[in-house]
Amino acid sequence: MSANKLKTSEKLITRGIQISGYSTILFVLMILYFLIAQGLPALTEVPLKDLFSTRWYPIEEYYGILPLILGSLVVTVGASLVAVPLGVLTAIYIAEIAPHWAKEILKPLVELLAGLPSVVLGFLGILILSPFLRDALHLPTGLTALTGSLLLGMIAVPTIVSISEDALNNVPETYRTGSLALGVTRWQTIWGVTIPAARSGILTAIMLGIGRTIGETMTVMMVTGNAPVMPGSLRVIFMPIRTMTATIASEMGEVASGSSHYHVLFFIAVVLFLFTMIVNIVASKISSRHMKRSERILS
Amino acid sequence: MFTLWLRRTLILFFIPILLIACRVDGGSQTSSDSDEAPSLYLENKGSDTMVNLALYWAEEYQQEYTDVRISVTGGGSGTGITSLISNTVDIANASRSIKEEEREQALANGIDPVEHVVARDAIAVIVNPQNPIRELTLQQVSDIYSGKTNNWQELGGDDRPIVRLSRETNSGTHVYFLESVIRLGDKENKTLFSQDTLLLPSSEGIIAEVRDNPNAIGYDGLGYITPEVKVIGIAKDEFSDYVMPSVDTVNLNLYPVARDLYMYTNGVPQGLVEEYLAWIFSPAGQKIVKDLGFVPVE
Repeated sequence: MSANKLKTSEKLITRGIQISGYSTILFVLMILYFLIAQGLPALTEVPLKDLFSTRWYPIEEYYGILPLILGSLVVTVGASLVAVPLGVLTAIYIAEIAPHWAKEILKPLVELLAGLPSVVLGFLGILILSPFLRDALHLPTGLTALTGSLLLGMIAVPTIVSISEDALNNVPETYRTGSLALGVTRWQTIWGVTIPAARSGILTAIMLGIGRTIGETMTVMMVTGNAPVMPGSLRVIFMPIRTMTATIASEMGEVASGSSHYHVLFFIAVVLFLFTMIVNIVASKISSRHMKRSERILS
Repeated sequence: MFTLWLRRTLILFFIPILLIACRVDGGSQTSSDSDEAPSLYLENKGSDTMVNLALYWAEEYQQEYTDVRISVTGGGSGTGITSLISNTVDIANASRSIKEEEREQALANGIDPVEHVVARDAIAVIVNPQNPIRELTLQQVSDIYSGKTNNWQELGGDDRPIVRLSRETNSGTHVYFLESVIRLGDKENKTLFSQDTLLLPSSEGIIAEVRDNPNAIGYDGLGYITPEVKVIGIAKDEFSDYVMPSVDTVNLNLYPVARDLYMYTNGVPQGLVEEYLAWIFSPAGQKIVKDLGFVPVE
């Protein structure tokens, strides 16, 4: 094989990689353009007052998206309350405490959970979790925000675990040995040294986990009851709600293209896009945050 | 070195192709997966209420006429009619008649929707078998769904909250129920579903929740009702008799919550579509209607 040939092939590969890289940007921009082009007409077709009202019943032209936004927020906050402690603690256990054989079992299992299709989780939710919650908590129905939060938590846990665990593993071993050498206990080392050192990675993991739950559709559509009720009090967690994603998924197929309803659905998609974008920006801000001087010296 | 490079390029090439192939495969649910190209092809889409019926029709017809391939998909009446308007299906199934604005859109698109009543269906109101309620008037059902009645005790049942279940708004059954039951057929009436009505994405979801939850009330096409839920007798008003839904009570116009099921074609059907519809109206086609719990048309 001549060196010349290698050069051309190498050039080709470089170009190919370049094109793939740029195409991602292009796709995102095209999606964004499409969303905005289809979503913005909603602002002129539906008065703002109606758009941000509290009743969603599109077939009679009630286009209030507030209950949908709040519904998504309730489920996401609920899911974070489940997933963040569970995910971070699991990561700490796997990275810091677990013996080698337990690590070998736990890691693939967590990855398996990540690969579980959300429709399967939703199915389990309908068959097992929702009847259980109804009986255990004496709720009128088990199809509630709580059911959705618990299942979405399960979806976010693998993301949080694997990224936090990576962050913890990246903490130099010298930190731990140094800390232990000072006579500090193992738990104090984890709490006072390892976790603070991995903080930005763990926070990124949490944000990405939350981003995953906001966009999740199938599970919430199956288990939250999809009633567009305005959350009034904390009790909302035990009541059915309707999320933005479930609304888009269940109504987009039916809607006549170009109608107000169609544009409002795209407007919801824009709002959803903004939400995930904010979460992702916060996540990347955390992870690329400039290190403090003390941290630079330490590492 | 070069072979390695070649192998990598090949992999890079094939992964996207495989992905595309998978997507195309998983995209639609067809009733036939034959490799050989069928000589005649029909696309049939729409009402979830009718999807089983349409599937049985298609299978039976394909057994009789082996050169025909019929693809059947659900998605809801609105979905079916939208597909007909965009001219992506030959026949749209709908459990409600086409809306005026949909007809206008179709005409603007050069599509002339022609209506065929292919079967009739009773909507059964269902509750959990533990619920002591056996009979309701239309007005009582309307009050439940509009949110005026919130506890089963008010209707003589147990002291339990009422959990209202409905299909999603893209379902023809939802629209029919809103117009004929909640609004009692009164066009001026602007009553809506109570805001806390659970909108479930499938008929099966409603049956499952009613089966498990003693607080629940739901409605569904008679063809979907299983023995695990209790069907309620319905009276037109408080002076009429309570009637259970069945083929006979629908045909005798006794049961008040019955509707026509439609197929829509673009223009007067011709060729294969015409033959298929004629077969659906034949005794063989209408026997399937009856077997699936729907009501045949004469």
